[in-house]
Amino acid sequence: MSRAGFIRLLVVAAAIFALEVACRAGVIDAITIIPPSAMAAGAWNLLVSGRYTQDILLTLGSVGLAVVLAIVGGFGLGYVLFRLPRLRRALDPLLASYYAVPTFVFYPLFIVLFGLNRLPLVAIGFVFAVIAMAINTLTGFERVPPVLRRTAKALRLSEPATLVGITMPACAPYLLTGAKLVIAYSFIGVIAGEFVLSGAGVGHQIAFAYNNFDNPNMYGLMLLLIGFVSALNMVLFAWERRFYRRRGLT
Amino acid sequence: MSLAAKDLHASMRGVTRVYPAVEDHPAVHALGPVDLDLRLGEFFSVVGPSGCGKSTLLDVLAGLAPASAGTVTFEGRSVTGQVPEGTGVVFQEDASFPWLTVWDNAAFALRRAAVSKSVVRERVDHTLSFMGLADFSSAYPAQLSGGMRQRLCIARTLVTRPRLLLLDEPFGALDQQTRLLMGDELLRIWRQTGATIFLITHALDEAAMLSDRVGVMSARPGQLIEIVETCWPRDRDSTIVSRPEFGEVTGRLWARLRGESLKALELTGMHRGRVIAS
Repeated sequence: MSRAGFIRLLVVAAAIFALEVACRAGVIDAITIIPPSAMAAGAWNLLVSGRYTQDILLTLGSVGLAVVLAIVGGFGLGYVLFRLPRLRRALDPLLASYYAVPTFVFYPLFIVLFGLNRLPLVAIGFVFAVIAMAINTLTGFERVPPVLRRTAKALRLSEPATLVGITMPACAPYLLTGAKLVIAYSFIGVIAGEFVLSGAGVGHQIAFAYNNFDNPNMYGLMLLLIGFVSALNMVLFAWERRFYRRRGLT
Repeated sequence: MSLAAKDLHASMRGVTRVYPAVEDHPAVHALGPVDLDLRLGEFFSVVGPSGCGKSTLLDVLAGLAPASAGTVTFEGRSVTGQVPEGTGVVFQEDASFPWLTVWDNAAFALRRAAVSKSVVRERVDHTLSFMGLADFSSAYPAQLSGGMRQRLCIARTLVTRPRLLLLDEPFGALDQQTRLLMGDELLRIWRQTGATIFLITHALDEAAMLSDRVGVMSARPGQLIEIVETCWPRDRDSTIVSRPEFGEVTGRLWARLRGESLKALELTGMHRGRVIAS
């Protein structure tokens, strides 16, 4: 482990320890925050009991679908904008101000369109994430060195072969960044949607536990969620590091 | 001087290239008219002032860019809109694919052309060995020096067995000693493959050392104002730079080029008077 990584770990461990001490000593009210050890115990009990397995699977399924749709849709949109500069110029102001729009206001519209099921939540996750992927795809395509496009022509590659064989691998760092953002935004969109707009899923169960002062379950679910997202991020980070090292970018 | 058809490998007749006006920028007449015959198996270099259209000339000859007027032929067939089979191009910039190993880089074009695996393996192994890259087969371009990466780009082109090899200042980013050594390698490739080589360079000594003939281009719009025959033996290398004739060839090239280079500087507003005045 690097020195920076060790210090980071030490800071996190110290913060958890301080919180544990503060909660146990009564400095922090148990109704506000429970000790981290109790959170961990709550999370473990939730996993073992299988009580929320259905909600966890529902949430992960919705996030997964939103991620796949946003990556495919965002890539397609980014490619179209790259190939049609006039359309890109026309849409530039909308893209720039996209994240100023509170996407959740479209929830009623999504219910009208998709019905009272999980699809409106998937739609919120998708809408929240798709533009991040599109912008990163567009940036990636624009940053492909011109000499690689000339090389593709010199090798007599067709347009699809150039896209798959040269353009996409060349802009892979940007596509990877886009995919990472899509995962984060999809989680935020779906969980936040479940919080206020759904009758099932991890977000709903956290809100339900909160409303009933059920702190062990609330913090247990939160810890599980944070643990899952952090593990996913660590896997992506490790893959990204290997990827960048291979290209001599680190 | 007209050539017998069997000795003619590629030719350009009345070729011009005009970049059309775009928004506030007026049209730019970048090249021509140019007439040029490339002999089968010769080493031909082009030198010229900065911005005279050397790379445009190569692009048009390769089929990477269309001519605004005139005709280009390669092995008797018209070159229009696509790089013809049998033509290989190497650029000045590093065009290696950073996501592939050296071996996979070299195999890229053959795999895309659906060549059988055994042929790909045989040609790539042979070419990497020939280019001195066999020990780096599993390395990534980021692990190679600039010179090795350029050798890799040449290797990737050579595996396709080009009969006409077009090089656009391939050693421009390398130091002088590496350039001389790369020049030796290029001459070795030229002798062993029998390909016709068309080299764009801004280095007079490089052109003089490597070439059978050197075309001198005028300031923009670039035209061939003289073709200098070097009369070197085919079996030559970089030691030729110590011969008195080498100085004569280089001197002749510079005598022809000096005025054009001054004109080019004036075109870009950087001639002496303005520099001093500023």
